[in-house]
Amino acid sequence: MFQYILKRLLSTLPVLLGISLLLFFMLRMLPGDPAQVLAGQMASPEDIKNIRQQLGLDKPIFVQYGIFLSRLAKLDLGRSARTQNPVIKEIWARLPNTVLLAVTAITLACLFGIPAGIISAVRPYTWIDYLFTSMALFGISMPVFWLGLMLIVIFSLVLHWLPAGGIGSWKHVILPSFTLAAFVVAFITRITRASMIETLSQDYTTTARSKGLKEQVVIVKHALKNALIPIITVVGLQFGLLLGGAVLTETVFAWPGLGRLIVDSILARDYPVIQGTILIFGLLYILVNLVVDLLYAYIDPRIRYA
Amino acid sequence: MHETLPTQVIKNSPRQADSQLRRRWAKLRRNKAALFGAILILIYLITALLAPILFPGNPSAPNLMKSLERPSIEHPLGTDELGRSILGRIIYGSRVSLLISIGVVFVGLLIGVPLGLMSGYYGGKVDFGIQRVTDTLLAFPGFLLALALVAVLGVGLKNTIISVGISMVPIYIRLVRGCTLSVKEQTYVEAARAMGTRDVTILIRHILPNVMAPITIQTSLGMGTAILFAAGLGFLGLGVQPPTPEWGTMLGSGRAYLFNAPHVATFPGIAIFFAVLGFNLSGDGLRDILDPRFKL
Repeated sequence: MFQYILKRLLSTLPVLLGISLLLFFMLRMLPGDPAQVLAGQMASPEDIKNIRQQLGLDKPIFVQYGIFLSRLAKLDLGRSARTQNPVIKEIWARLPNTVLLAVTAITLACLFGIPAGIISAVRPYTWIDYLFTSMALFGISMPVFWLGLMLIVIFSLVLHWLPAGGIGSWKHVILPSFTLAAFVVAFITRITRASMIETLSQDYTTTARSKGLKEQVVIVKHALKNALIPIITVVGLQFGLLLGGAVLTETVFAWPGLGRLIVDSILARDYPVIQGTILIFGLLYILVNLVVDLLYAYIDPRIRYA
Repeated sequence: MHETLPTQVIKNSPRQADSQLRRRWAKLRRNKAALFGAILILIYLITALLAPILFPGNPSAPNLMKSLERPSIEHPLGTDELGRSILGRIIYGSRVSLLISIGVVFVGLLIGVPLGLMSGYYGGKVDFGIQRVTDTLLAFPGFLLALALVAVLGVGLKNTIISVGISMVPIYIRLVRGCTLSVKEQTYVEAARAMGTRDVTILIRHILPNVMAPITIQTSLGMGTAILFAAGLGFLGLGVQPPTPEWGTMLGSGRAYLFNAPHVATFPGIAIFFAVLGFNLSGDGLRDILDPRFKL
């Protein structure tokens, strides 16, 4: 298992290098002096001179990339052009909020999507299957930001049950996490249905049934266990989609997370924060995929010996 | 003469092709969901084409005397904060959204398909290089990648199309590469290679036609995603800029009036929903017809 983890960790290195190159050239693709861009519109000539020295902008491009990499390794992402706070501090302040939203949403999506997919697969082409698959299709087609606004109208404006936005109590988490969950529940329902239909038609399921096992045992212990790999893959992939959706959901509900930070930074042309947030989003996504790969190996030992 | 032989091997006779087409049409007619999707797309297409007839006048001309009016006979979907008809702006918005979805898919296909073909066909260093770039782009969720590109390129219609289009490139590369890997092992490709056919000819005449089914499916689904992404950017104020009538931008400006005039944000969302639903249903239907192996 240790070897497998090491192999997977090493395989992320080229991607990390790719991300660093992307971030490095992102700044250099912008028109104008990168030091001026990083310092922001209000910066003094001295600030710009300092940044130029820090980044080694008078040195050859590969030396500049080396400096960039060494700063990245130390998580030194510079200072926000807007607030002058260290970028990493801005990110740490918001990261827990985004993680809370994403984890709550993916949990809700699994709690609804997996049972819905199982029921659809066990009763294919019945009214309940059509109901769940239609709901899944609606979920995929619905703009997440519109759903969020409609939930605010219903639950905040009309019923006065929940707050329309902000952060503070558990009540504030409900609407944004439901909005975000609706975004991914559709994919989880569809993949659970498809892989359960496949495993339910396998010989080992027929054998389990012919042994006289209860239908629930056949479904959960035999069919679902074998259908888990594609389900986990989709849950992992949806986490990325969820991070993308978080940008919109956080904006709708004024949720102080990374998504809102990146939008505010793009609008204010605060490039150090944009770079830092993109880096953290990329790292989060890689981390989740790594966890998914390790889960594969845990669920199916054949994978780690392959 | 010799170079065309492999094509003749895989080419169906006119009668075979005709019966295949008929079978697929019969399948499409049976698939009510796909038909509904196709009808939805057709309605949007007709709306976009006939926009000046359906809504004579300028959809962007403000009329502050009629600001935030509720739906009425004169304005069936009400008016926005500047007194403009929401129905008129949705009708004209269908032009912008369809233009974006076509442009985005074009950018994705133009870059993704050749790179995917080369990656799968040549393998080795070419494959390694292209796949590492793809891995890097896939390390970012699609919408975030589009957002990052907007941060560099700036806002506006053209940059929205480029940004969202590039965010779709890695999907096409992976899809086409995977299909190319299996198609290149087929005997007709080997035969073409043995006869000394040029790589470009093999890629265009023998491999590309045989990976068209998954590309077609992805294109239909991709058009729906393009509308969603572009609307998302518009909603954040980072996409198409006002006064151009774009559904996401309309929704974004309607958000400020959610509590006193919720209709301003409601109807553009419904327009986005049905357009995306149309493309998703058609994509699913195409998958059932062209490639049932991928049915979910």
